[in-house]
This record gives sequence, C-alpha cells and structure tokens, in this order.
Amino acid sequence: MEFKFTEEQEMIRDTAAAFLGEVSSSEAVRTAMATEAGYSPELWTRVCEEMFWQAIHIPEEYGGMGLGYVELVAMLEQMGSHLFCSPFYSTVCLGVNALLVAGSEEQKARYLPEIIGGTTATLAYTGTSGRWDASTVEATCEPSDGGFVLNGTCRFVADGHTAQLLVVAARTPGTQGEEGISLFVLPADTAGVSTEWLPTMDQTRKQAQVNFDNVSVDAAALMGAAGQAWPLLEKIIDLATVAIAADQVGGSQQVLDSTVEFLQERVQFGRVIASYQAVKHKAADMMVKVEAARSAIYYAACVADEALKGGALGAELPEAASIAKAWCSDAYFHNAGTGIQLHGGVGFTEEYDIQLFFKRAKSTETFLGNGAYHRERLARQLLDGEEAVL
Amino acid sequence: MKLSFSAEDEQFRAEVAGWLNDNLCGEFEQTRGRGGPGDEHMFVEERKAWEHRLAEGGWTCIGWPKEHGGRAATVEQQVIYNEEYARAGGPGRMGHIGEGLTGPTIIAFGTEGQKQRFLPGILSGKELWCQGYSEPSAGSDLANVKTKARFDEDSGQWKISGQKVWTSLAHESEYCFVIARTDPDSVGQKGLGFFLVEMDQPGVDVRPIPQLTGTSEFNEVFFDDAVCGADDIVGAPGEGWKVAMGLLGFERGVSTLGQQMLFQNEFDEIIRVAKANGAARDPAIRQRIGDAHVGLRIMRANSMRMLSGGGDGSLQKEAMIYKLYWATWHRNLGKLAMDVLGAESEILEGKPYELNRLQSMYLFTRSDTIYGGTNQIQRNIIAERALGMPREPRG
Repeated sequence: MEFKFTEEQEMIRDTAAAFLGEVSSSEAVRTAMATEAGYSPELWTRVCEEMFWQAIHIPEEYGGMGLGYVELVAMLEQMGSHLFCSPFYSTVCLGVNALLVAGSEEQKARYLPEIIGGTTATLAYTGTSGRWDASTVEATCEPSDGGFVLNGTCRFVADGHTAQLLVVAARTPGTQGEEGISLFVLPADTAGVSTEWLPTMDQTRKQAQVNFDNVSVDAAALMGAAGQAWPLLEKIIDLATVAIAADQVGGSQQVLDSTVEFLQERVQFGRVIASYQAVKHKAADMMVKVEAARSAIYYAACVADEALKGGALGAELPEAASIAKAWCSDAYFHNAGTGIQLHGGVGFTEEYDIQLFFKRAKSTETFLGNGAYHRERLARQLLDGEEAVL
Repeated sequence: MKLSFSAEDEQFRAEVAGWLNDNLCGEFEQTRGRGGPGDEHMFVEERKAWEHRLAEGGWTCIGWPKEHGGRAATVEQQVIYNEEYARAGGPGRMGHIGEGLTGPTIIAFGTEGQKQRFLPGILSGKELWCQGYSEPSAGSDLANVKTKARFDEDSGQWKISGQKVWTSLAHESEYCFVIARTDPDSVGQKGLGFFLVEMDQPGVDVRPIPQLTGTSEFNEVFFDDAVCGADDIVGAPGEGWKVAMGLLGFERGVSTLGQQMLFQNEFDEIIRVAKANGAARDPAIRQRIGDAHVGLRIMRANSMRMLSGGGDGSLQKEAMIYKLYWATWHRNLGKLAMDVLGAESEILEGKPYELNRLQSMYLFTRSDTIYGGTNQIQRNIIAERALGMPREPRG
C-alpha cells in the first residue's frame, strides 16, 4: 500500500515549504494583503521563473511540468499553512483546470504557454445570487455575427480584478439550471469587460465583480459545445473544490502548531497552560480534525489526478470533492476558532496571526460551498433514488 | 501516492472471497452477520463449529509465521481478509483473542514448550481464549492491577487470587491470560506477571454482567487460589507489563477495514429506513446522513494511510487518532439510527426486552468510546505523545 507521498512528492512539498518560509512571512503576508491587487507582482514573477509552480500540472506538450494533482495538493497545503498571497490558486486551480477540462486543442496550445509565461487567469461563473451550483450562472450569451455577445455580472470572482485571462460561464437567455450554459475564454481587456475589486473580510484572498456589457467574442472563444457546458463546468468546480480544501488542510495544521507553541510558553497559576487537561483535550481534538482532513484530501487528490489523466477512480470526483470540502471546511473553522480561544486575549488582537487564519478559514469555507452545501450534495446521491420498501 | 492494493493482493482477495462464498452456507447460513459486537451471545455453538471450518481451510491465524501454522500473510493481506470476511457476513469470531492476542504474544515472548502446548489449539479453533486485564480498580489505569499471583512451593504451582472484569467470552473460553502482581509490595507497572490460566477449575468463577442492552457479552471473573502451572507464565515474574504492552501492538490496523464494512452495513440499513419512512426528506436528517457518509469515507482513507506507514517519520499521527475517531463516529451513528427511526425507535422487536439490530447498535455504541481506552484517555495520549504537551500529574 503506497497511499503516501513518494520521495519526489515529499521533495516538492519540502521545497515549497522552504520557499514559502522565505517569501511568505507574516510581514510579507500583511504587506501583500493590504494592497488592492493582493500580491506582489515581483514575487509572482519569481514564482513563475524560479519555481515554475504555475506549470506544475500543465502537460509537457504545452511546456509544463506534467505532474499531477497529488503534487499540486502537496504544494497547496503549504500555501495554506503560509497564508500565501498570490494569483496561484486562481490561475492554476481555476484557469489551468478550466483549460485542461474544457479547452479545445487550439485554446490549450494558445493559452497554456501564456500562463506558463506568467499570465494570470481565473474563472468567473458565480452570479449575484451567491450560489455555487449551476443556478448561479446569470451572465448571458447570445449568438451574433458568427460569434457571441456576453452580458451580465459575475460576483465573488477570485482575483477577478487582476486576472489577465478569464474563463466565463454564461447561459442562453431564458434557460435555467444546468441547461443552456456555455463557457468562453477571453482576455480580461476585451472591450466591454469591466472589473471592480470587492473588499473582503479575509484580505489574503481577493474577490472581484466582473461586468460584461455587450462583450463581443468570436466563435474561437467558445469552450466545448454551446449550451452544453455544465458537465465541463461541474468538473472544473470539483477540481477547484479539491484544491481549496488542500489550502484548508495546511491552514488547519498551522493553526494547531502555532497554538500548541503558544500553550507551551504561556504560564498561568505557575504552570504552562499546555499542562491543563481542559486545554490539552481541545488541542487533541484539533489534531483529530486535521489528520482526518489530511486523509480526506489525499483521497481526493488521487481521485482528481485520475479525473484529469484518465482512470477508474476519476468517476468519484464529485463525491471525493464534496467529502473533502465538507470535512476540511469544518475542520479549518473549528481549529482556527479553537485556536483563538486557546490564545486567550491575544488571539483577539490584530498582532497575532491566528486572526488571519480565522478569516481565511471562513472565506475558504464559504467559497465553492460550505459543509452544509456539500453534505446536502452527498445526501442527494445517497437518498434521492428510488424509495425503499421497509 | 496510490489508493489501491497490488495485483497480488487483489488476487488474494478473490481467493478469500471465493472460499467464504463456498463455505459460509448450509449450516452456517444462519450465522451470517451475527455474533458481532452487541450480539456476541448469539449462535455460540454454530460459531464454534465455524471456527473449526475456518481452521480446516487454513483461514485461522493467517498472519502467524508459517512455522507456527500460519500463512505469514502480510498486513495488507490480513486487512483484505478481514474486509472480505465482513463483506461476506462472516459471524463474529470466537477465536479472535487467541488468534490476535495470545498467539502472537506466545510467539514473541513464550518458551518453546508454551508454543507447542498452546498454539495448536488456537490454530485449530478448538481452544478459545479470553483476556484478563481490567479490574474494578484498574480500568483506564490498567497498571493498578490488584490480582495477586503467589508461587506455592509445596505444589510447585502459581496460585492466583483476585477479580477481573469486562472479560468477554469468559464463559465459553478454555483459557484466560491474566496479568497479576507477582511482587505483593510492588505498585504500578513493576512487579507484574503474565499468566496462562485454565478456566475449568474450582478456583475460577465466571459471572455474567447484565448490560444496558439486556444481554451479557461481558463477565466478571473471580480467581480464588486458581492454579497455574510453573511453566505457564510468559516472560519472567516482574516482566508482565512489558509482555502485556507488546501484545497491545499486535493487532493494530489489521481489523480496520473489516470493522468499517460492518459500519457500512449498519449505515446502509439506516439509509434504507430513512428512504422508506420519509426521514430522508428531513433537511436536518439529510445533513447528518451526509456527515456520516463523509466520516466513514474518510475513515477508510485514514486506514489506508495507516497501512502505508506514512505520516511524518516514525510517529503515525493518523494511527493515533483512529480509536477516538471511529468510536465517536460510531456512537453518533447509533443516535442517527434512532432519530431516523423516529417514534418506532422506542418499540422493541419482541417481549420482554428484545432489541432490533439498530436499537442494539445504538445502545452498544455507548461502550465504543469507553473500552480500549476512553475518549478522554485517547485525548491525553494524543496531546502528550503527538503534540508534546506535558504529562498528566500522577498520584
């Protein structure tokens, strides 16, 4: 049984941890998150040129590293534990995944090398309703002059104000739910596209509104068949869900580590407070949450890997994504919230980083559906078949 | 990182499944799915006969070395065996204590004479064992054993006196392994011995403990100058704790997937009831069913990590959380079962106090978070060993 990182995967993880330790200190995070862009362009250039992270799971035929989802997840875990502020998630876990799942050969050949060159990207599919399923797609697309015209608004778009390449979901007017959805890939500076940064409670992950005002795109921008894109979009969302859950695992672990470190130093009533059983048991519960989260994300990573590369396990992607996101969301929030409680008064200050993790826990929990959303998604699979006879 | 067993292991799985399919029928059909936790008092004679059938097929003690009659099965193969056994509905094993605990202990620490005398009976399924660890004053604090073993020079035998508790299968077993104090002035982990004691003798009295389920899987066992041969101590007097702790390490992880298969069967039954009685339309119940599913699937992935010996270096954190994790999950499943049954959850299968399977599971799961190290003890262990927090002060 080899359900653990290979030596090569451990090396990728450790290299990521070492680099992030250098570039994503508390001070660096606080500097980056205070800007509207939310990241340092110089650092992003280093990430792309020195580390080549943006290319991690792009196939070698497009100039990428050709690694898989397990390696990606190993890196995302480290990014989560360092609150890494960068366009990595939006570009790689939304943009690249969308191109890999839904892009035509021409689109992949054109855009993947651009991304390898440092171009940032994101996925815009959520409308003003704030839902995460097919019903959220509100922007519209209509055929025109051999191409399409896009109108409407997407909200909650990760790095939508800085991404240079957009993958956009829009629907044929009058359609509902999973019907009539199309995907397009277009440069963000296409005429009629405007973006607006939305200030967020969690400042380490930026969101924006993206408006489409009679945006004309030619037929080459269409990904997949017009009006038939929901299965593709669902797969992109599931892959992105696994990725954000990996960030949550890293955060859940870091919160535990930093909290235990604090407990070992803080003295009250003449002993370190780590010696009190009431405190130890809370810390133990945090470890249970994060180790189970790690088991969930490794399972989901293996599934996602086969979903992209082919393999029987790939069919479990929707289920694995929901399992991972449901558990990891709750684990991260539990650990961050308990972390504040165990820090006592200083946990409530701006100075200690635990508050940053607490906010990232909530923003990643909400993003792509919280625990309740994913448990209901699983319940539909388990319960909504034929009525059994007692 | 791969989430699959090897081709050889899958071939082994097919072999196990095939044998079970060919043998778990006829007289044994009625034992399918019976005799598990909470149901151990059922089909005892049939299950003893089943042990013999298993032995004839070479399917007892598969993890033992070949020289002692086992198959030298790898940990993966033992896991697969347990999973397929549970999938086929194999009845609760009567010989599991001898096979999983006594045998490996004797193989690791015993004398040549002990191996020759005790291993064949375990292998053949004809001699059953029970475990004499816990005492009224030695529960979580297992080292606080009061049972005494005194070497009687006149008879050349050990004489054992004291009381053991929570001894499952004591009334069906030929032998009991007992930790008892060989040095009457000792305390704690020092001065203990590990004894192999015959049950059928005047000095041993077994009394069933009626449980909240109305049944009695567990017993109290009273020793009143019970005799034990001079050769029937494993290790030297005073080394009992070392032997006992070695024993606790033997079974780890091998039964996990088999156990989860039983959990899955219970969960499937709950889903079936929910769909039939309309509970499946209740949003709160749907959330809990979704949550139970998440928990069970993660439990399997966690076991796969345990099997892979992963984690960070020598400390397997995923193994350290396992007991607390599954016990809590299973206890919650019991409550979910009752809430899905709704008003019917109170109505028994029969008079005067015959529980149905889900009711029995619900009540029995209250013990999951207590036996084998309570949730509180588990949290202490995690905090101290995995997180490096200070140890509890001891009296």
